[in-house]
Amino acid sequence: MNQQEIIPHLFRTEFRKITTVLCKSFGNAFNGIEIAEDIASETFLSAIETWTYKGIPENPTAWLYAVAKNKAKNYITRNQLSTNKIATELKQSSPTTHEIEIDLSEKNITDSQLQMLFAVCHPTISPEAQIGLALRILCGFGIDEIANALLSNKETINKRLFRAKEKLRLENVKIEFPGEAEIDNRLETVLTTLYLLFSEGYYSESNDTVVREDLCMEAMRLTYLLIENDQTNQPNVNALLALMCFQSSRFEARKNSNGEMILYDDQDETLWNDELISKGAYFLHKAAHGNKLSKYHLEASIAYWYTIKEDTKEKWESILQLYNQLLQLEYSPVAALNRTYALSKANGKAQAIIEAEKLQLTSNHFYFTLLGELYKGINDVKAKENFTKALSIAKTQADKQTILKKLDRF
Amino acid sequence: MRHEDGSKIASPEQMQTWMKQTMDWIGSISAQNKFVSGTGLPFADARVVKTTSTGKVVTNGPFGDIKETIGGFITVKADSVEEAVEFAKGCPVLQGEGNSMEIRKVAKK
Repeated sequence: MNQQEIIPHLFRTEFRKITTVLCKSFGNAFNGIEIAEDIASETFLSAIETWTYKGIPENPTAWLYAVAKNKAKNYITRNQLSTNKIATELKQSSPTTHEIEIDLSEKNITDSQLQMLFAVCHPTISPEAQIGLALRILCGFGIDEIANALLSNKETINKRLFRAKEKLRLENVKIEFPGEAEIDNRLETVLTTLYLLFSEGYYSESNDTVVREDLCMEAMRLTYLLIENDQTNQPNVNALLALMCFQSSRFEARKNSNGEMILYDDQDETLWNDELISKGAYFLHKAAHGNKLSKYHLEASIAYWYTIKEDTKEKWESILQLYNQLLQLEYSPVAALNRTYALSKANGKAQAIIEAEKLQLTSNHFYFTLLGELYKGINDVKAKENFTKALSIAKTQADKQTILKKLDRF
Repeated sequence: MRHEDGSKIASPEQMQTWMKQTMDWIGSISAQNKFVSGTGLPFADARVVKTTSTGKVVTNGPFGDIKETIGGFITVKADSVEEAVEFAKGCPVLQGEGNSMEIRKVAKK
């Protein structure tokens, strides 16, 4: 890698590590987060300046860590000097200086990242804020990258992150591993955020494929961080990672070169990623422990069946029963619509039409698209009517294009 | 869900069909966001406690002189008793001769 490539690459992998470790060294809470971010940024500025003249050092990461440590120590000394000076003048007491250890070992980096993940995914701040902070602090995304990924603007994201950090400071949220008693609950919030982060990438309307894939990869990396730790290596975490693996196995096949969505039935399955599918199967197998069936177990199992393209009775019956269970656990309109589609495949269109009419999700264009699909070949007039209705309420260009293609087939 | 005779033994194939129909029925209610909770009540290990002149007597099973037994229950969010009745009509238990569904309100807490 040359310098133009190596610095952005290192920024993506090392910025978050330096920021997290420094923030923790500055007092275990969010008081020092801005300073930590500043020092990490300054470290990369120094790298750009120095490496341009002297070339890339032999061990660039070690160089970054050494510079970051020095900058942090300088900051602490400077800060202590001024506070101690004031303290001395006020109390005439002797100044105390204590050396702060900045430990950038692999173990401490991993531990700190995990603790930061719990701190950032704290129930006192909104899921949007949790995602933003995770992207900034744990994934090393720049503000404009976050804005781009979340289809927002820099100003909004800046405000959101600022308020979130303020709130975490105010609530005195510690950057630490939650206690035994609350770990399950806190883990639940972390998983929800990682799930949202993944979905943000997977379902994003952004045309920037790189950004979307990045979000998914980061969500998977952070989930894997939980799996590597014994305390958080729980069945629902494995199930979530399995789900992510199965979903992302279709990444290549989901959009054509113009960025248009390709529906599942029309996808070229040779583009599906076999390695991710087998990883998914591995984690789903690992998830099959304990006595708690999470929604991630059910969703991962559904996603598993979707990796088998061939239509079999067993496939659709399994998918239907999984959706039946998922909906009992947690209702969502998407699950209700997908369940009805599976019902049509397992029990026939006639029953599915009756069930679909009961859903009455009349503000959702997918509802009318589903009805259109179900009526196709049974009552084409009604099918067309429903697709037209779907077209009139679809919001995004991609959705409209998909529906138009369906209408064209009549 | 009331069964007229809980002691009837169904074939495994029959059980499997009922199971699927029941799951699809509950799935349909859930897909309308109307499902709260529910469970089947297996007849195995059931006991009846009664007071007689000699004190409390425990007998096996809810069967014997009782004509109907409860096979399970489901709690739904229905806007009216009519809506709840419509849900009940779909229950596969009704395919069994003499079986019935009883619709009751849950007392407000």
